[in-house]
Amino acid sequence: MLRYTVNRVLLMIPTLLGVAVLVFFLLRVVPGDIVEIKLRGDGGSVTQETIDMERKRLGLDRPLLTQFGGWMVGMATLDFGNSMWTERPVVTEIAGRLELSLQVAIMATVVAVLLAIPMGTMAALFRDSWIDYTVRILTIGGLSIPSFWFGMLIMLTLLALFNWLPPITFTPIYVDPIANLTQLIWPALAVGYRYCAVVARMIRSSLLEVMNEDYIRTARAKGVYERLVIARHALRNALLPAITVIGLEFTFLIGGLVVTEQVFNLNGIGQLFVQSVSRNDFTLIQGMVMLIAAFYVFVNLAIDLLYAVFDPRIRYNA
Amino acid sequence: MKITRRTALQGTAGALALGLGGFNFDFTRAAAQAPAVKRGGNLNFAISAEAPHYDPHASDTYATLHFAAPFYSTLLRFNLSKFPALEGDLAQSWTVAPDLMSYTFKLHPNVKFADGSTLTSADVKATYDRLGNPPQGVVSTRKATFADIGSIETPDPLTVVFKMKAVNAAMLEHFASPWNVIYTAKDLAENPALPRTKINGTGPFVFVEHVKGSHVAGKKNDNYFKKGFPYLDGFKGIFTLQAAAMLNAVQGGQVLGEFRGVSPAERDRLVQTMGDKIRIEESSWTLNLLVCFNVDKKPFDDVRVRKALLMAIDRWGGSQGLAKISTLRSVGGVVRPGSPYATPEAELVKLPGFSKDIKKSREEARKLLKEAGQENLSFVLWNRNLAMPYTPAGIFLVDQWRQIGVTVEHKQSDTGPYLATMNAGNHDVAIDFSNLFMDDTSLGLAKYLSVTRSPENRSRSKDEALDKLYDDHMRERDPEKRKAIIRTFEKRLFEQAYQQPLLWWHRIVPTHKTLMGWKMSPSHNLGQQLEDVWINA
Repeated sequence: MLRYTVNRVLLMIPTLLGVAVLVFFLLRVVPGDIVEIKLRGDGGSVTQETIDMERKRLGLDRPLLTQFGGWMVGMATLDFGNSMWTERPVVTEIAGRLELSLQVAIMATVVAVLLAIPMGTMAALFRDSWIDYTVRILTIGGLSIPSFWFGMLIMLTLLALFNWLPPITFTPIYVDPIANLTQLIWPALAVGYRYCAVVARMIRSSLLEVMNEDYIRTARAKGVYERLVIARHALRNALLPAITVIGLEFTFLIGGLVVTEQVFNLNGIGQLFVQSVSRNDFTLIQGMVMLIAAFYVFVNLAIDLLYAVFDPRIRYNA
Repeated sequence: MKITRRTALQGTAGALALGLGGFNFDFTRAAAQAPAVKRGGNLNFAISAEAPHYDPHASDTYATLHFAAPFYSTLLRFNLSKFPALEGDLAQSWTVAPDLMSYTFKLHPNVKFADGSTLTSADVKATYDRLGNPPQGVVSTRKATFADIGSIETPDPLTVVFKMKAVNAAMLEHFASPWNVIYTAKDLAENPALPRTKINGTGPFVFVEHVKGSHVAGKKNDNYFKKGFPYLDGFKGIFTLQAAAMLNAVQGGQVLGEFRGVSPAERDRLVQTMGDKIRIEESSWTLNLLVCFNVDKKPFDDVRVRKALLMAIDRWGGSQGLAKISTLRSVGGVVRPGSPYATPEAELVKLPGFSKDIKKSREEARKLLKEAGQENLSFVLWNRNLAMPYTPAGIFLVDQWRQIGVTVEHKQSDTGPYLATMNAGNHDVAIDFSNLFMDDTSLGLAKYLSVTRSPENRSRSKDEALDKLYDDHMRERDPEKRKAIIRTFEKRLFEQAYQQPLLWWHRIVPTHKTLMGWKMSPSHNLGQQLEDVWINA
């Protein structure tokens, strides 16, 4: 198991290197120039000389390979450079937003998992009953309603019923937990609903499949209590595909909530992504892509290791 | 005899005061009902865009002004209770030479910058030197405005004298421009680009923080040179990039207002849901959208093509529909409709692109396209991706041109790339804008000067006749003669069809009734220092 874990960690290096190569060179192919946008994009007219000077100052006049080499060396020493737009360190720019995005992702995951496991299990156990139909309607609703639209409904409902809205500026949880949770519970619910629908449906279909397996029949034949059959044998195995979905959804939530962030006026990674892409802020985009890629890689590793915990047949001894 | 502010403005601002077309705020009512001022409290207001940087000299977006204005002062400023009259800001008093060739300002004593340094005439000189002759790497968006200033003298620490190279009838208004905030000479000497990233002003508030993507916050400047001001303890300008989020925030009371303006539909929603808790103020707006042809690109180097495209637009019909769904409303020429120098409707309808007989006008347009060999014309219309009012304006134009057989691809982009593309001359046809802070034509007409003189002319046209007419009108102090020159300028511009206003905007500002002291004006660039704003809660 240890050897497997070490191997997987080592494999992350070429994966992240591949991402770095792709993001760096693809960004240079995309039309647009941060210097033009920075100096000419605010109504001002500047000479070509000024444009060239700024390009030189930002190091954009150097050969691509030199720029790439510099960036790689920086990353190796955990120096991700400065944003070309704000000139502040990329880490500072991202850190200011990551806290919020990470918290929304965690809260949405908690909401989703807490609801999805009982819903999916009940739907499978009482297949074709009113419980199953109710869960299926709710989950189809979750899948078909975009999170941002559900978020808008939540906001309008709060306004209509209570003439109240949550705060629109972020307060860290360690500063004021109540203000923090009052603001973030609503986007977590909006996003968590769709998330819960995906996971609940996965658990339902997976559990239905598992319930027909030989080892379930064997357990029942041995006289094991039905509750134990479900909890220890069926659900444990049925959760395996759901874990994968939960992991991938969690990572998606870190940077993929652009519109939902706008609806709730959240200052998250998604908005920063859009802003930096519209400005061609190469260093910041590169930093964020690497962050998301690293999240994906680590979450995937965590999922694989969790598989071993849930399924005794998988111990990665080979 | 010295000319005072009052006499100097007779030909310009005084004339403007005669007609504030569509400016509907009742000052008498406001004064009569004004309750006693309550001090303290923090104001939260919405800003629908985030400032790209902190330097108003280099900016043309209200996002920078609504962000930075509370931290800064200007030499003069517009008195919004008597708009367009002027009043001193940093200037305690001022005199204008009878020949309008010099302006002398006496500064308030003991004015402190946020860093503790004392304001002197050297700071004013350094600021205006930067505005008129920006050093390498520094952008001064309205550089052309200062072309008539010959030299700036500082005979003592509290006196600054502007010597002119040529008469500029509207120079006092330019000294009141909200964009021309005063920086410290020390900061500019250290790094001329410093104001882009650092705020150090003499305004009623002191900068506290800018949380990127979230808000800007300021606190009361205890050393503010106007004693008793500001009333508020602090403010927070919250960035609400989506209109729905902004409206929810106003309705929910998280912000007490949005000072740029909302659409009629947004106004109606707030009125319907908030009833008498919301105050709505409306005014015509010193802002218009322009149809702009890049004359460096074929076939837009052909006046027949440009003219045909303008003649296909049914402005009169379009204004009826667009006014219901967007902030666009009035049909007008190069001067804001309703203001003293505006072209009357009877004259306007005779100009290309303004005919009320749209059928006949479109027939003529088709003929011109045929003559130019462009019957199957197709091009890209470059537009900003702001929903209000750019998107409806773009859709409207695509439909208007379709009706004369022209195929248009409508491309919208974020503000940065949108402006960068136009400033680099990479567009075919664009929807541009003219964002003014006053009605004086020295500012409004500058956009149409040859691109060599006016970088903000995104049609890239070069027309010496227009340049000469502009200069003549700048030196002319008789309002009637000035008006006549403006008419000739407008006729020439529209005959050449380099660019033309599509429609003028209509400003609707919603504020909670607990917000007091904020003053409506025809420009969203004015009145954002917030020094006399207070909360009646």
